[in-house]
Amino acid sequence: MTEHTVSEHSKSPLTTYFAVWGALLLGTFLTYQAAKLDLGAFNAAVALTIATTKALLVALFFMHLRHASEKLLKLVVITTLFFLVILMALSMADYATRAWS
Amino acid sequence: MPDSTAAAVQVEAHGGAHNPALLHHFATEEQQRDASNLGMWIFLGTEVMFFGGLFCAYLIYRLKYFGDFGAASKSIDALLGGTNTAVLICSSLTVVLAIWAVQTSRRVLMIAMLIATMLFGLVFLGIKGIEYRDKFVEHHVPGASFSFEHVPIPGHPDQFANPRHAEIFFALYFIMTGLHALHMVVGLGIFTWLLTMAWKGRFTPEYHTPLEIGGLYWHFVDIIWIYLFPLLYLIDRHP
Repeated sequence: MTEHTVSEHSKSPLTTYFAVWGALLLGTFLTYQAAKLDLGAFNAAVALTIATTKALLVALFFMHLRHASEKLLKLVVITTLFFLVILMALSMADYATRAWS
Repeated sequence: MPDSTAAAVQVEAHGGAHNPALLHHFATEEQQRDASNLGMWIFLGTEVMFFGGLFCAYLIYRLKYFGDFGAASKSIDALLGGTNTAVLICSSLTVVLAIWAVQTSRRVLMIAMLIATMLFGLVFLGIKGIEYRDKFVEHHVPGASFSFEHVPIPGHPDQFANPRHAEIFFALYFIMTGLHALHMVVGLGIFTWLLTMAWKGRFTPEYHTPLEIGGLYWHFVDIIWIYLFPLLYLIDRHP
């Protein structure tokens, strides 16, 4: 009985869920505090790095992408990110190289 | 009575010992679940492109009107935005706890976690409402009564932000957070339906696909907010 409970407990994903939750709250606090520092151009870089880390934590652990075995699903996720990069990169290739008046 | 007997006979001839949740055109429960999951991820892919266009518009104008965007961003209450981020993160936790509860046959916990998720969602929308109210009071809503005069640009106290450029920031702020809030309202609708299903006992450790894909949607809306918070609230907060 006790052994059964213990083995079931060690398989429990609850520890992971609460750890991810804690990390997400910590990330929110860090991004809020980092915004108060004057880092020049790096403010945006720090904010986006923390946001992407948080988004990855949610996707990998809460949305279970980490254990996704289906190749089709991985294909959908990679295709999505690929098209998002195309959208951003090609738009910026235009706007970022224009001579603004 | 004859009606229900006939129905019972029909069910027996139809499904036999099968899980009644398994539809005809799927070979196994696992295949059915994978198909539902894949469909949801494809939908989320279209949602990424949908929000992606707005993020791209934001990026273009932020690079062009950096100082004006900083001044406008500073007028939003970042503490309310930060609180809302924490609220959404907690709601994402209750979603995974609800799924864990159904997988381990804890019906009461599952229902409690679904209700908790919806309460967090309502708190989020309430705080959002307070924020919007402040913006209306301050005349920061784009339109005829918009006013953003003599607001210094962060880091350049001698320069004032251009109200026309700040108005673009607020237009993006309202469209992006408004669209996100609309997704929250839709999410609350989905979770009301999930709660009804859970209450009726439709979810078992073997079959709870609606809960999983409803959860995927909720987490996705959370991820959008994770990006919206620093981009809209925290551009230039340092004194």
